[in-house]
Amino acid sequence: MTASPVRSALKPLSVLKATTTATLLLMGLAPAFAAESGPDATINVGSLYEPQNLDNTAGAGQGINEAFNGNVYEALFRLNDDGTVSPSLVKDFKVSEDGLTYTFTLQPGVTFHSGDPLTSADVKWSIERVTSSDSKSSRKNSLKPIASIETPDEATVIIKLSSRSISLPYNLSYVWVINDKAKDLQSTEDGTGPYALEGWQRGSQLAVKRFDKYWGPKPENGEVVFKYFTEATALNNALLTGAVDVITSVQSPDSLAQFKDNPDFTVAEGKSTTKLLLAYNDRVAPFDNVKVRKALARAVDDKKLLEAVWGEYGTLIGSFVPPTDPWYVDLTKTDAYDPESAKALLAEAGYPDGFTFTIDTPNYDPHPIAAQFLQGELAKVGVKVEINVITANEWYTKIYKAHDFQATLQEHVNHRDIVFYGNPDFYWGYNNPKVVDLIKASEEAKTVDEQTEKLKEANIQIAEDAASNWLYLYPQIVVSKKSVTGYPLNGLNSQFFAYGIKKAE
Amino acid sequence: MLIAAAVLFLLLRLLPGDPANALVSVGADPEQIEAARRQVGSDLPIFAQFVRYLGQLASFDLGASFVSGVPVLEEIGRRLTLTLPLTALAFTGAILIALPLGILAAVKRDRWYGSLISVISQLGVAIPVFWIGILLVTAFAVKLRLFPSSGFPTSGWWRDPLAALHQLALPILTIALVMSASLIRYVRSATLDVIGSDYLRTARALGAGYGEALVRHGIRNGAVPVISILGIELASTLLGAVVVERVFSLPGLGSMLLSGIEQRDYPSVQGVLFISTLLVLLVGFAADLVQRLVDPRLRGPSGARP
Repeated sequence: MTASPVRSALKPLSVLKATTTATLLLMGLAPAFAAESGPDATINVGSLYEPQNLDNTAGAGQGINEAFNGNVYEALFRLNDDGTVSPSLVKDFKVSEDGLTYTFTLQPGVTFHSGDPLTSADVKWSIERVTSSDSKSSRKNSLKPIASIETPDEATVIIKLSSRSISLPYNLSYVWVINDKAKDLQSTEDGTGPYALEGWQRGSQLAVKRFDKYWGPKPENGEVVFKYFTEATALNNALLTGAVDVITSVQSPDSLAQFKDNPDFTVAEGKSTTKLLLAYNDRVAPFDNVKVRKALARAVDDKKLLEAVWGEYGTLIGSFVPPTDPWYVDLTKTDAYDPESAKALLAEAGYPDGFTFTIDTPNYDPHPIAAQFLQGELAKVGVKVEINVITANEWYTKIYKAHDFQATLQEHVNHRDIVFYGNPDFYWGYNNPKVVDLIKASEEAKTVDEQTEKLKEANIQIAEDAASNWLYLYPQIVVSKKSVTGYPLNGLNSQFFAYGIKKAE
Repeated sequence: MLIAAAVLFLLLRLLPGDPANALVSVGADPEQIEAARRQVGSDLPIFAQFVRYLGQLASFDLGASFVSGVPVLEEIGRRLTLTLPLTALAFTGAILIALPLGILAAVKRDRWYGSLISVISQLGVAIPVFWIGILLVTAFAVKLRLFPSSGFPTSGWWRDPLAALHQLALPILTIALVMSASLIRYVRSATLDVIGSDYLRTARALGAGYGEALVRHGIRNGAVPVISILGIELASTLLGAVVVERVFSLPGLGSMLLSGIEQRDYPSVQGVLFISTLLVLLVGFAADLVQRLVDPRLRGPSGARP
């Protein structure tokens, strides 16, 4: 795609050379007149997560998954809203006996938004983009087992692995299939999805329009406009006044009442994958002592915190695994709230009079509130908490990279991210060889059942070790106008499939 | 300008954090982080970064954003198409509100409404901008549904000026109200000076009516200090609209600065501050020019006021 009509109209410096293109684009791409409802309706989606750029391997942030995954770009596989994985651009696939060779046959008749047909070369190029040395994709590591990619003909892709990788289809659901001739992927796109990029005004909105040559089922609407806000209040007002039809993820619990008590709106609660946790630096004293970590887990009444922040919403968790992951086990009974035994454990660990430690706290909600709550709870068992407020940017330098901390609060948004506990170099420094082995073995499992068994065992072990202090799982709340239906509820990995959204009269 | 650039450069680097962090996410391995640092140049020593920056400035190249890859100058140009008209309209609104009210408050200072204006403007100075914005949104957007609660005229200014004006009515009003609160006080005190002056007494002694004397001799004299205040107000609004832009989710220069700081996107922050410094200088220059036009005494070779 070339520059959108909206953007070229706003670019004073290039007006001269852009005029002709803009005129052509205006005739071709701008919607004749956005329909208010029905099959060609424009759906206005309100969100707090504007992408930084349009490339998910260049640090675009979670906003790009929301706007583009499944809407503009598709992958070989799709992560569905219920957590299952199904083929998308793959028509069918074969796995060799030893699990090291995957042969994929591509869907026929798939066209990129630029008009080029999808071929196996595009797929190879797209996967290599993510595994390349300058890729900033957080999924780069999970694709490490890929040894080579072959393209014997235009419709076949053969991936050879150096070791078994049972999650390969799942991991490929993150790899956008992009036209290998595409240029400037930070501000344009060339995907195969049901919508093509129509225009992006930075700091304001991003519009996608139904792609008429889409190979799959026709979307239920004609255009989707993601409108971006920096303030939750402004976003709520936009829904109240009808400027947006649906809010992808409500982050201000106190605002829910105005929608719940209003018959014009629907409040839907799904399951998120966002976990709030107090991560200790398990490398340093006193947190290298399991008893101390278990004591602190027992000293905190997670339920009270969840209710204080989210009222009746959200879920309590006993480990890092949310209920939508296949290896979920209810572990809330492991080190459940029990301040008396917490004191006893602290004494056993050699801290009868408690100790003092610092929580590096990101400066945005809900971390400061959670830090103060922890300060109060831990004071009751004699542990003194100092709160050090830092910015999100500083967090990466000080904690993620330098491991220079005692404990920190952080929200982890990804699905299936228990694997972080199998990496002893990860920022929290949890290192139990048994868990490292289990997580490694789970990836090399022969069947999904075997993988699930191994990860369940790892899950139980990290809870037993109180590797971190998992406070709660965020709710995923979507609020919409009553007339708007068909949106995804769980928003796994911040995805927001828009093709099913309908707007009634 | 060079000193300003150097100070700015150093202050930014004193902030803890790294611009490369905006490019990575949890799950990135050490090699990916190093690659990101190389890409944005934060792996170089500070002095080398500074030399590189000066080289760019010399060729008026503000660089490209670390985060979005867009040339900073292009992005600023786009943001100014919102910020400049917004500021200009709000500024005009503020003058239209503040001039009559300020003069009225001075002339009728013994009446109840004269005092009321003074009290209200005093209050207006004390109330935070975002609160005024939220109140206006609640009243005119959420309750009365007269204006949109937020957003930017997507059709642009020129294709449909009325729609754009409607879209931006509340932010314009918010800035105009806040600006006029302090302006009223300046206009009032300038008018009081004029009223107490000898030349006005002389004019009246020569037979001019109170109103006539004030209009013929007062406005010109009173305008000089007010214009310099206006210049300062205008300059501070160019960037001071940050809060208003946030409340109304507007993609202006202020919000670009704010997100640039959050992400340690040095080229964006430096670019915005560089351009706004230029704008402030221009506004100051313009204010000087206008003062000279209004007051012939300032046109002398020394330019000194008597």
